[in-house]
Amino acid sequence: MYSVVLTKGVPDFREGVVSFDEDGHLERGETPTVMNPNDKHAARAALQTKVRHGGDVTLMSMGPPGYGDVLREGMEDVYGDDCVLLSDREMAAADTWATAITVATGIQKLDEQPDLVFAGFKTADGETGHTGPQAAWCMDWPILTHVISLDVDEDEGVVRAKRLVQGDVEEIETVEAELPAFVVTDPEFEPTYRRAEHRLLHKDLREETQARAEDHESVMTVWDHEDLNLDPDYIGLDGSPTIVGGVDPIPKAPSEREATDVDPTDSQGMEQVVEELTPYAGGD
Amino acid sequence: MTDDREHYEAVVVGCGPGGAAAAAVLADNGVETLVLERGTEAGSKNVSGGLIYAEESAPYTIDDLYPGFREQASERPITEYHIHNVAGNKVKSYDITDLHDHDTEWSDAVLRRKMDSWLERRVHERTRETGGGVVTGVHVDGLIQEDGEVKGVTCEELDPIEADLVVAADGVNSELAREANLMDWEEPEEWFQGVKAVVDLPEGAVEDRFGIGADEGAAHLFSGDLFEGVRGGGFVYTNEDTLSVGTVFHLDSLVAEEAEPHELLDALLTHPMLAEYFDGEYDELEYSAKLVPDSKKVAHTSPHRGRLVLVGDAAGQMQAQGPIIKGMNHAVTAGALAAEAFVESRARKSRKAEPTAGELYERKLHEEGVMGKLRPKRYEVAAALGERDAVTNLTDRVLESPVGRFGIKAADSLGIIESAYSSPFMSMLMPDTKTPYVTLPTVIGEALGDRVTGENTIEPPALDDRIGDLTYDVGDPHIELLDESYAASGAAVSACPVSAQDFGGGCYRSETVKTNGHEERVVSLDTQPCVECGTCAVVADTDWNHPAGNKGVEYKQG
Ligand SMILES: Cc1cc2nc3c(=O)[nH]c(=O)nc-3n(C[C@H](O)[C@H](O)[C@H](O)COP(=O)(O)OP(=O)(O)OC[C@H]3O[C@@H](n4cnc5c(N)ncnc54)[C@H](O)[C@@H]3O)c2cc1C
Ligand code: SF4
Repeated sequence: MYSVVLTKGVPDFREGVVSFDEDGHLERGETPTVMNPNDKHAARAALQTKVRHGGDVTLMSMGPPGYGDVLREGMEDVYGDDCVLLSDREMAAADTWATAITVATGIQKLDEQPDLVFAGFKTADGETGHTGPQAAWCMDWPILTHVISLDVDEDEGVVRAKRLVQGDVEEIETVEAELPAFVVTDPEFEPTYRRAEHRLLHKDLREETQARAEDHESVMTVWDHEDLNLDPDYIGLDGSPTIVGGVDPIPKAPSEREATDVDPTDSQGMEQVVEELTPYAGGD
Repeated sequence: MTDDREHYEAVVVGCGPGGAAAAAVLADNGVETLVLERGTEAGSKNVSGGLIYAEESAPYTIDDLYPGFREQASERPITEYHIHNVAGNKVKSYDITDLHDHDTEWSDAVLRRKMDSWLERRVHERTRETGGGVVTGVHVDGLIQEDGEVKGVTCEELDPIEADLVVAADGVNSELAREANLMDWEEPEEWFQGVKAVVDLPEGAVEDRFGIGADEGAAHLFSGDLFEGVRGGGFVYTNEDTLSVGTVFHLDSLVAEEAEPHELLDALLTHPMLAEYFDGEYDELEYSAKLVPDSKKVAHTSPHRGRLVLVGDAAGQMQAQGPIIKGMNHAVTAGALAAEAFVESRARKSRKAEPTAGELYERKLHEEGVMGKLRPKRYEVAAALGERDAVTNLTDRVLESPVGRFGIKAADSLGIIESAYSSPFMSMLMPDTKTPYVTLPTVIGEALGDRVTGENTIEPPALDDRIGDLTYDVGDPHIELLDESYAASGAAVSACPVSAQDFGGGCYRSETVKTNGHEERVVSLDTQPCVECGTCAVVADTDWNHPAGNKGVEYKQG
């Protein structure tokens, strides 16, 4: 089972790390780039496949040459065997469509055709969730989205998955697709290892990968648009049909309630609290 | 046999000292060995006092099996040992280093998280070479039994696993021993309860305050009237930069006196004798508790069934040799002997009518003198006499009378008391009555003791702070209260080390409810703050199981 995990570097939006300017615009230079958090679920799904069925995992990303940390982080999570960075100036400022074309081409250029390609659900910056489905469409592969658990049947050549369908009620749907297939994991994805041998292998891989992740550059391939044989007009900014009209900060929802702070040691204030609450208390 | 079931030659359940020893001998003999441990890391569930002994007479010691153990996994070698007889503020102390040294090659203070996690890494390295390894976070919850025969184990987190040998090294409250009907958790008389605090000291304070060098360690034991008449005693052991301060009591006595374990620990911590250790500063790193089997009563004389062998606490192999507690060393010996037995029986497999691994293991336990230490014949004779109330009452009355006091003084001036305390022979005879634990030490303290002048001003944390400081990953409730009447389960309210009468925050609470016009006292259980000590498995009517792998309390010290 050969798998590819797609990942993207995104600003680290965690509180205390992310930096915004006075107008509420992200300060990219001040904010570190990390692996898209949702891609970690994809990484876990790929790892589960590797542990249960063997085979290699390639980590693939499109981004600037300085994506080293993201790929290293990714390699640790995926327990990846190697990584591919799709990178050159022509690819920059791509929207989801241009990215999907580039990534799909990257996947098709690999020496071996993967059985499974994994992607996370939405990136933390764009939040569109389009790139995965569009890339699958480009390759004409079946796609399973919102996957929360996964089982590969090698004999039958199929992947079976449970997907979380969120609507008025949450439903879990069981689906099956023929390999090769594209899988988008849900943040609820949980890998399962019910055999001791798998947990032992998992442990071996962790140790083995740690070393490889540190030295990820030795297993990294960089492809530019020429390697991929892509016309610059169809990728990057030029190949992006999306037009961003503007970015507005989301105003805080006005609160209609009033709040008063009461110091719990202030007995008068507390008496008032009790008085106000009494009508809402049950009983006599 | 199901084709796609996993199979290992040996499955070892538990990665404490017993499991680690079994795994070492199995792996060194090329047996494919899988070790399953429920903690996030070995040691995260374990508590001991603890001094680990390497006995001269033992066929195996932990540093033989795991070279580097003393340098890397333990705290300090114990080079001096004292017992203090306490009566109020009066204390009479004896140096019993001789008793400690008897049959001792070395003895080190240990903290279990550090010790067991160190062992786990070594165990994994060695067993991995056989095709097995250590898997943590797995709660083994039963045996595969087919046609009445043990075939392997079942787990919450994994599919059933078959094995030719199952080593239950799963400690006190072994679910496997219970399922195989080899052990039950019925009689409080058969158990002790241990409670401990690990206390941080400033750098260099251990040496200064105990008057020891960098490569030395001290052990101090306390008995007498400071524990509300509950049978048992207290200890202080020196670690590298911390102290282990704890108490060990007979569970039946705790229940009878309705004592609160944390209060008894506080009685020790706040006694003026300990003032000099703390110097007015008290920084408790961890509060912990666990049951301890009393081998004299529960060490199984035939701890095996089919492919299943029990080692260590799971088999009740915990020896209270007077004040000295020896469980880890016996778990090591037993684990190694069980492994040795399997290796031998496997080699002879071709011949029929050979003893099974279990039978060989049992034979080795006797031949190597382990059973003799765990269930000394002399004790069984003495117990028959000593445990009779009439005799106890008489001895206690004599001891407490002027005649007794006079005798004590005379005995002391002749050096009889010190040598009696230091006699391994005497310590094996010690009956489980109040006399040796409470009456005698109190009388000695009163008659011979010097008044301690130091003032101990420390304030140990309240129970809810102790609970709050522990780390929990709360899972589904793992203990079910079967009978909530106070008569059946009320003892747990006091005896549970994280519960107390009139304390709302612990596991067990009691309340009075009105039903059909009459009042009834009932008990309720909330397992969230449970430290998995096992007490309520014995003193209350419960369906008691360990939590799922990785769930429940996580000790950082142990
Ligand atoms: C307060 C106190 C003081 C003590 N003082 C001393 C002392 O000074 N010296 C001494 O030698 N002994 C002392 N002991 C006793 C000693 O701790 C035990 O005898 C010893 O730990 C027994 O070792 P073991 O390997 O049999 O079991 P344990 O050390 O209890 O190890 C059992 C292992 O099995 C795991 N496990 C349990 N159930 C399962 C399951 N179902 N599935 C998977 N894993 C499981 C546990 O997590 C644990 O790691 C003391 C005990 C206490 C409580
Ligand atoms: S609930 Fe039971 S097992 Fe848990 S700490 Fe209390 S007595 Fe011990």
